[in-house]
Order: sequence, then C-alpha cells, then structure tokens
Amino acid sequence: MIEGSAVYVIVAREFKKFVRERSRLVSTIARPLVWLFLVGGGMSRLVPTGAGPSYMQFIFPGILGMTILFSSIFSSISIIWDKEFGFMKEILVAPISRFSVVVGKATSGMVLSTLQAVIILAFFPLLGLKIGILQVVGIVFVCLVLSFAIAAFGILLASFYESYESFSVIMNFIVMPMFFLSGAMYPVKMMPTLLQVFTKVNPLTYGIDALKHLIFPNETGALGADFPFIVDVGVIIIASVVFVAVAGKAFERKG
Amino acid sequence: MIRVENLVKRFGPVVAVDGISFSVEPKTIFGFLGPNGAGKTTTISILCTLLAPTSGEAFINGHDCTAESASVRRSIGIVFQDSSLDKDLTARENLLFHAYLYRVNASERNRRVDDALKFADLYERADDLVKRFSGGMKRRLEVARGLIHRPKVLFLDEPTLGLDPQSRSNLWEFITRLPKEHDVTIFMTTHYMEEAEVCSRIAIIDKGRIIASGTPGELKKIVGGDVIYLKTSDNRKAAGEIRRLFQIEAAEKEGEIFLSVPRGDSVIPTLIREIGECVLSVRMQRPTLNDVFLKLTGKEIREDAAAAGDDIREAVRSYRRRHDRG
Repeated sequence: MIEGSAVYVIVAREFKKFVRERSRLVSTIARPLVWLFLVGGGMSRLVPTGAGPSYMQFIFPGILGMTILFSSIFSSISIIWDKEFGFMKEILVAPISRFSVVVGKATSGMVLSTLQAVIILAFFPLLGLKIGILQVVGIVFVCLVLSFAIAAFGILLASFYESYESFSVIMNFIVMPMFFLSGAMYPVKMMPTLLQVFTKVNPLTYGIDALKHLIFPNETGALGADFPFIVDVGVIIIASVVFVAVAGKAFERKG
Repeated sequence: MIRVENLVKRFGPVVAVDGISFSVEPKTIFGFLGPNGAGKTTTISILCTLLAPTSGEAFINGHDCTAESASVRRSIGIVFQDSSLDKDLTARENLLFHAYLYRVNASERNRRVDDALKFADLYERADDLVKRFSGGMKRRLEVARGLIHRPKVLFLDEPTLGLDPQSRSNLWEFITRLPKEHDVTIFMTTHYMEEAEVCSRIAIIDKGRIIASGTPGELKKIVGGDVIYLKTSDNRKAAGEIRRLFQIEAAEKEGEIFLSVPRGDSVIPTLIREIGECVLSVRMQRPTLNDVFLKLTGKEIREDAAAAGDDIREAVRSYRRRHDRG
C-alpha cells in the first residue's frame, strides 16, 4: 500500500531543501555543461562524423542522461545522510509502508532530475539542433521515467550502505562506469562485445537511446539509436518496478 | 497500556534483553532505569516495532508489536536518544512533515502544529532552521512533534542526555505536565537516578534483566529508612534521651549523632519537642534511587556503566552492521 500524503511530504521536503541549497543546483547544472562544451567541443574536431550530427550534437542525449544519472543518484543517496543524521528513524517509525518511502524518494529524484534535465535541454539551440514542441514533450516524458528508474536504483544502493564514506565508492565504481557504458559518449554498436554486455544491462543505456530517437529522429547510421523506442521505454518502466519492489523489500528487513 | 511478557532479544551471542516482563498503566510515567547497555534502548526499539524480538510478546494499546506494527505505530510517539529532526528545515516544517506522515486531517493540521509550537515554547522561533536551536529547544520540539498525532504512548529514550542542568530541569517540568495535558502514557528510560523520581513506577534493569520494580517510594524501602543527623550542645545527653524516647541507638560520628528511622519526617517534631533546647542543627537524608541501585547490584549506576555499556553497544552495532542493512 502506498500513502499519498507520505509520498507528497517526502517530495515536498526534498524540493524545499533543493531550493534552499543553491550550490547544489549550480554544481549539478555545471557538470553536464562542462562535459558538453569542453569535452564535446574538443572532441568534435577529433571525431569526424560525416554528414550526420556533429560529435557535440551526438553526445547531447548522453549529457541529458548524465544530468539525470547524477542528480537522481545524488537524490537517493540522501537516504544515507538521513540515516547518518537520524532523520530516517522519524520516517521508519511512522505508520506508513516502506513502499511509500521508496516511491516518495524516487518521485523526489524524478521531479528534481527532470527539472535539471529541462534546464540543460534549453541549451539545444546553441548546438545547432532543431527540436520541436512534440519532441520536447517526448523528451520530458523519457526524462521522467528514466529519472524515476535511476532514483529507485539509487535507493536500492543506499539501502546497502550505512555511512556516507561509501558515497565515493558508489560514485567511482557504480555511477561513473554506468555513465561510460551507456552509449552516452560513444555508440553502443562500436564497443567491444564484452563491454556491450554491460551496456545492455544498464538501464541508463535505454534512457539515452530513447532520447536519441527523439533528438535524431532521422538518423539511422552509427550515431543513431540502437534499440526500438518501445523497447527502450519498456525496459525503463520494468526496471523501475523491479527496483522499487526490491528497494521496498530491502527497507522492510528488520534485525 | 503497555504489556510485555518474557521478552528476549539476542544479537548473535550477545543477549541484550533477557526475558523481561512488565506492564504500564494508562496516563502514568513509567521509568526504565539502568546503566548504559542494560537493554533499555533495545526494549524501546522492540516496542516501537523497529526491531523484532527473538522471543516473547509485547502489546501496546492492545496491539501486538510484532504482528500489528501499523496499529502500534499509530498509537505511539517517540523521542529517540539521538535527535531525529531535519536540521535544514524549520521547526514548523519539521512538525508539518510529521503531521503529513501520520495523516493528520488537513483541517486540523495547522492548528495542531501551532499548538505544538506554543506548547514547546517555540512559537516565536517557528520559522528558524532547527540547526540554530539549542539542545534543550531541539528536545522540546521533538517531544512536541511526537505528540502531534495524539499518540496513546510517548517513548522518551534518555530525553535529557547531553543537556545542561538548567535545560534538564525545564524539560522535566515540561514532561511531567504531559500525562494530564495530553492524555498520554509516558515510557521513559534514563540512567540518571534523580530523574526517575518523577515516575509513577520504575523498573530497574541491569544486564538485560529487571532486578526490581515499584514506585520510587517502594524501591527506596529496599535500602531502609531515613537517616537523621543532629548537632547538639551535649551529644551524650541527647543520645540518652533518644534512647529513652524511641528505644533506638544514636551513634556518634564527626561531632554529630545520627539515627536511622523508617519515617524521619514524623520523628523530627517529637525530637525537637523533647530535646529541642540542646539541638543546634538537624538534617535528614532520604535514600535515593542511586542507593537502591547500589544495594541491588553492588555498583554505582554511572561509573561501571561507561565501560561495560560501551562494549555491549559496540557488539550490537557491529552485529547489526553485518546482519541488518535495512
């Protein structure tokens, strides 16, 4: 059972804290822009892409995915902070189901990440891309489902860690590989077979692939999408449900 | 209101709670008294449904703490040993969060939050971030928060830990008003003997077992009666008079004579009336709960506590790290 008022208040709290902490907003917006313009801009000269999108344009869906990855994981990792500083007890002892807690936290991640992804999306004219209103609607939809799935995955991670020293472990050994093995910086079909296996179990891959469908609808070559759009969205939604269910169970356990 | 039967909790090889039973009447203050590591917090965690007992039963307001955790959670409020406020939110926001979490009616919500702020004497600071509050203010806010959903039982786990004496006595005054003003039963733990005096009933717990229980008065009877100390102009004459009047021996120590009696307050008036002209000063010492603990366990509640308690705490913590990642 999921309690609406509990989900609402968990989201409201995260939102309020996010608005108060301006430095967090600045850093989560700055990181993707640095990658887009410094890495993307630099590599564009090095990587000839022929008639299709330029390299900087090609990584744009990946950069949106990166924004969502980092901000969703960060949002979920706040659970570890809540445990460390005691606030989690206030939530855990309340007469609400663990699923409400997980759904509330995942929804917070979804709302905040999509908001940030939309800010990054607004930079598309600078890249010489043409994106129509229908595409924007589609992109926002994909951002919502993707960030919910990633946030739910983050909660699952957070349920296994007690202290925030583990934060850097998560960042270096889970988040960064997830980013590089997602087709964000290079097409999945160009990767060695072994790495392709990792790519295919990475939910972020399907999110970025769906964004490629929407941003480059006519691109069918190496730089285009790898999987059918319906598969992308299906995989993300199934992943969300699985992560929420498992994270809920992980929270349910008692000592 | 609370009934516990034969409760046992083991963390691997460590037995934190070793078969305790007790019950608490509605609208009373029940004190759980013992050194650190005696099993107080573990017991509270079981009653609050945060831990499952190894064996035994616990009921709150008629609900089973293991099988009906949702009903139990609705019936209780808790103030944990370590603060569980969000320091980056304001006092009002912390209270509102709680009101939503416990699904307080929208029409009631703001009124109850305002009442709680006034009750905690924090109304003027309602919109300040909690991180700017003093320890005493945070505790009052936590107690007030625990009452927002009108629980039947309020748990206070070492509520005065880490507070200065002034805040401690303020908080006690605040807590002792609760049963009457909020129709709530209070279950508190403390390792400060003097604080347990406000309880209607006390259970003394040591090494996971209840070694004595009763009202503070009953417990003090375990150590015997009051001791009256007298300074007189002629100690030998006074001692002789006392022997004649009460048929008890008065011993002399460091220029004072002293006598043990069951009820000092009724003996002193007779004493003054009969031998008043030679009495220079009189004082009476009542047994404290500290004496009770000393008598029962042969050790002071606080000194030993640090060492032994920390061991158990560490063992429990490392066990939980390994087995309970929730």
